[in-house]
Amino acid sequence: MARIAGVDLPRNKKIEYALPYIYGIGLTFSRKILESTGIDPAIRVNELTEAQILAIRNELSENYSIEGELRGQVSRNIKRLMDINCYRGIRHKKRMPVRGQRTHTNARTRKGRAKPPVKKK
Amino acid sequence: MARSLKKGPYLDQKLVKKVQALNEAKKKQVVKTWARRSTIPPLFVGHTFAVHNGHKFIPVYVAENMVGHKLGEFSPTRLFRGHAGDKKKR
Repeated sequence: MARIAGVDLPRNKKIEYALPYIYGIGLTFSRKILESTGIDPAIRVNELTEAQILAIRNELSENYSIEGELRGQVSRNIKRLMDINCYRGIRHKKRMPVRGQRTHTNARTRKGRAKPPVKKK
Repeated sequence: MARSLKKGPYLDQKLVKKVQALNEAKKKQVVKTWARRSTIPPLFVGHTFAVHNGHKFIPVYVAENMVGHKLGEFSPTRLFRGHAGDKKKR
């Protein structure tokens, strides 16, 4: 029922734990939002009144960047790094770990699935 | 860990002096430097630096959105030529 920020509608969960279904809202932000809007965090999503939903919506649109907006920000930041050709940008371009991790082993998340080593004969 | 804000950004003072002199003389000239650890202040925008990478000097033209990065970030120190068994490329 509760449709906040586009398509997010987790039900039957306490609102405190439902808000983190929104991209850009974690537990910390969730609790902050509930505190500033004065909503009981233990209340279930389907028990929320229209006024409370509206309050959350307003709070989100005023003070938080979430979902598409946040995704855009992140990819813009990465694009900036790639455009100025700094070390971190180069690592992003090559799809290699950016923060100085080892690449001798591991780093599979960035490098993708391991190719089997080419055996001789 | 990030540098303490109290100190402000690290700038290579010799390099700053050189750039200031260039700015006053309204000249653009490639500045050779080893100061990879120096942060790029707004003052450097528009200048070209030859940043040492341990082997040779890499020309770096400083654009506006490079401010706040270090000079060394733009002068890669490692050269990756591919792995031993890679035949495909080149």
